[in-house]
Amino acid sequence: MPDFRLSINGRERVVEDVDPSTPLLWVLRDSLGLLGTKYGCGIGFCGACTVHLDGEPVRSCSISLSEALDKPVLTIEGLAGEDGTLHPLQQAWIELDVPQCGYCQAGQIMSAVALLKENPVPGDAEIDAAMEGNLCRCGTYVRIRKAIHEAARNLTAGEATEGGGA
Amino acid sequence: MNRDQSHEILRQANRSEDLSRRAFLKLSGMAGGGLLLAFHFGESCCSYGESDGKAVLNAFIQIFPDGDILIYSKNPEIGQGVKTTLPMIVAEELDADWSHVRVEQAPIDQEVYGRQAAGGSRSVPSSWDQLRRAGATARQMLINAAAVEWGVPAEDCQTSMSEVIHAPSTRRSSYGRLAARAATLPVPDPESVPLKKPADYKLLGRRISGVDNRKIVTGEPLFGIDQLVPEMSYATYLKCPATGGRVSEANLDEIRALPGVQDAFVIEGNGIYEELMPGVAVVANSTWAAFSARDRLKVTWDESEASKDSWGGAVEQARKLAGRNGSQVIRETGDVDSAYARSARKVEAFYLYPFVPHAPLEPQNCTAWFRDGGIEFWAPTQTPQRALNSVENAVGIPKDKIIIHQTRVGGGFGRRLNNDYMCEAAAISKRAGVPVKLQWSREDDMVHDFYRVGGFHSLKGALDRSGRLSAWQNHFITFSSDGENTVRSGNIRENEFPGPLVPNYRLTQTMLPLATPCGPWRAPRSNGIAFAVQCFLHELAVAARRDHLEFLIEVMGEPKWLEPGEPGALNTGRAVNVIRLAAEKAGWGNPPPGRGLGLAFHFSHAGHFAEVAEVSVDDKKKLTVHKVTVAGDVGPILNLSGAENQCQGAVIDGLSTMFGLAVSIENGRVQESNFHEYPILRIGSAPQVDVHFIESDFPPTGLGEPALPPVAPAVCNAIFAATGQRVRELPLIKSGYSI
Repeated sequence: MPDFRLSINGRERVVEDVDPSTPLLWVLRDSLGLLGTKYGCGIGFCGACTVHLDGEPVRSCSISLSEALDKPVLTIEGLAGEDGTLHPLQQAWIELDVPQCGYCQAGQIMSAVALLKENPVPGDAEIDAAMEGNLCRCGTYVRIRKAIHEAARNLTAGEATEGGGA
Repeated sequence: MNRDQSHEILRQANRSEDLSRRAFLKLSGMAGGGLLLAFHFGESCCSYGESDGKAVLNAFIQIFPDGDILIYSKNPEIGQGVKTTLPMIVAEELDADWSHVRVEQAPIDQEVYGRQAAGGSRSVPSSWDQLRRAGATARQMLINAAAVEWGVPAEDCQTSMSEVIHAPSTRRSSYGRLAARAATLPVPDPESVPLKKPADYKLLGRRISGVDNRKIVTGEPLFGIDQLVPEMSYATYLKCPATGGRVSEANLDEIRALPGVQDAFVIEGNGIYEELMPGVAVVANSTWAAFSARDRLKVTWDESEASKDSWGGAVEQARKLAGRNGSQVIRETGDVDSAYARSARKVEAFYLYPFVPHAPLEPQNCTAWFRDGGIEFWAPTQTPQRALNSVENAVGIPKDKIIIHQTRVGGGFGRRLNNDYMCEAAAISKRAGVPVKLQWSREDDMVHDFYRVGGFHSLKGALDRSGRLSAWQNHFITFSSDGENTVRSGNIRENEFPGPLVPNYRLTQTMLPLATPCGPWRAPRSNGIAFAVQCFLHELAVAARRDHLEFLIEVMGEPKWLEPGEPGALNTGRAVNVIRLAAEKAGWGNPPPGRGLGLAFHFSHAGHFAEVAEVSVDDKKKLTVHKVTVAGDVGPILNLSGAENQCQGAVIDGLSTMFGLAVSIENGRVQESNFHEYPILRIGSAPQVDVHFIESDFPPTGLGEPALPPVAPAVCNAIFAATGQRVRELPLIKSGYSI
């Protein structure tokens, strides 16, 4: 089998000896050792495997390796800055102590990142619509909503400060 | 000294101790100085529910010269928050600066740590006294070290934020600096060291974010599924969809020839559900290669001894039994029949709830490496110590040759009290001769569970002329696999509410045959019983034309323990307090226009909980749960953030399950396969959840379970209040509701 080149979290990664029909989820986990993206259902119903493909949130269990070629992939591991600075959503998740078991949260955060990119100040209904594809078996939804509002506030406040003070 | 070395020192020290008596160990000799303390207690100071009766606790503190403090958390973290809460208890009494505390999962070793398990909401109650004493003893040693160094009386020294302070001379010294000297001093008797008064707590009661949260939000490997072993293979295991079926024939040669496949073979197993059932293993070079090959497996199953269970058949049988008494009497007081005959009003109802799987979001998995006659596991289990017995029994590896690394667990809910997936991984690694990661698919997880058993309650109640509850009869119809005992968690307790509070009471039982494996599911028993009992109480209040709140409080009567001498039992005074609080906070008696309020109380796992649901239902039976108000009494709250999180989660889990979740079983086969047929609640349906605690002076008890059982009856009672429609069957979608 030929080698495949993927762009993941801003870096080129080469994948060897994998069938091109393999779901991106398993390429990330088994071939590249990026274990933050989780397997939950394999049919795109739980959102635990959510990553960004070309800037859009997708279920990596339902996207094949061949569909992911030539498009930038962002996973949970690529969200924080190089220096370890967390994304405001990650920060809000910690501050509000969102996780219980924590298994779904990488997928939740990736969906939330996509939401805030499109809609920097979403209301509850918009949050619910954007996050509807991500199951949390522990039931942390109340805090997820709150953390997205919190991160949205911090993001817009940050931009205001930058714009005004720089 | 690294973790393995310190653990080995501790093991050796422990071997020299008589483990039947209370022992305290102090271990020095850490590279670079420092203090390593271990506490072993021979018996539990308080325990609730079933008890192992043996050693229940070890805690483990390391203090490094730079001031860092490492606290080991001994119990599995399954989302219930113990990896944060248990070390907080130690840190509070140690008077440690939490910002310099690091927490690690303790190694699995009963000799050193006593009970290591996550179940029954027992982690906090069974650890409370011991962990406080562990922290307080270490603190006393640090004080003693400072007193020696300064030549002052220890009584004149205080501590704060990882420092010992001598106020008269304004001297202070950090724990890190004192640790090496402390390690050379005699160990005080843990029973004699002073414990803090709750009013002096600096850490307990605060909101503390989970110790693994940073790793969780950055995607660092933590869970069972994230474990990697060099040169490991990936495995799947296919079992008969009808429990108990054996492999007759399989196209193994064809499977072995598929790309990436390294081996395929049949495992006979030992026929024990909780251990190793027969199946076909596929070993491959990636998860996807293993999954793909498995899809091509063609297995002929011998189902001669397999389950033929039918849920539809059971419902039919149970309905025929309605209105009668069961053959087994569980509790009988007074004279139900004559009370019934002379009553002013009578109510009869038949309640039923289905089988449900646990469906934790992390499907079962386990990494196992068999070599040199022993095995090493990396496992997301709730009961690592029980796994030793299961693996020894199923795979023939002696317990002393088994090492288990406890991983974080992506949801427990009771599913991982059994370690079938560990036995399977062990058998596959042993046979294949390589380390393997066994990965169940979601479909495997859905059809090979230990289900929350379905149940039926045929209820009769009577009210006297003044509208008081005068008689209660419950014929509980449940299941048995052996004809003698109910299936696991399929029983009802003799003292189940409201038995001890009703003058004329009869609780009988009938068991229907069942082969499907069952087991504890979050708030076992209570998660179904509360629905039937608390809805029926509301039916009686309505029949009496009484306010439900007033009626429920009247049933509770004077404050008393229902099982005198049993501190883990229901206390009617605590019950009334949470019922009143929930009602008050929810605006009882004054629902917003178009909405109904429903109330329910339930006591389980030593926790007293009352909840009020606020709902509306439109003319197409679309249900909106606007708000659930929770009032609970579990004693002092240790981590306010974690405690509220457990209650919020329990409400959403309870609502999710009562609204849409069930598996049906036909011809021994679970019919649902994945989340498209098992609609776990999504964020858009999650209500506002308000949580209130009564921080009573009773010892703190667990929160993983007790907030769940009142949800279903509170919501169903609210639906009645809003619409006049009574729901007696779960899930609600069976009655045409949508959400």
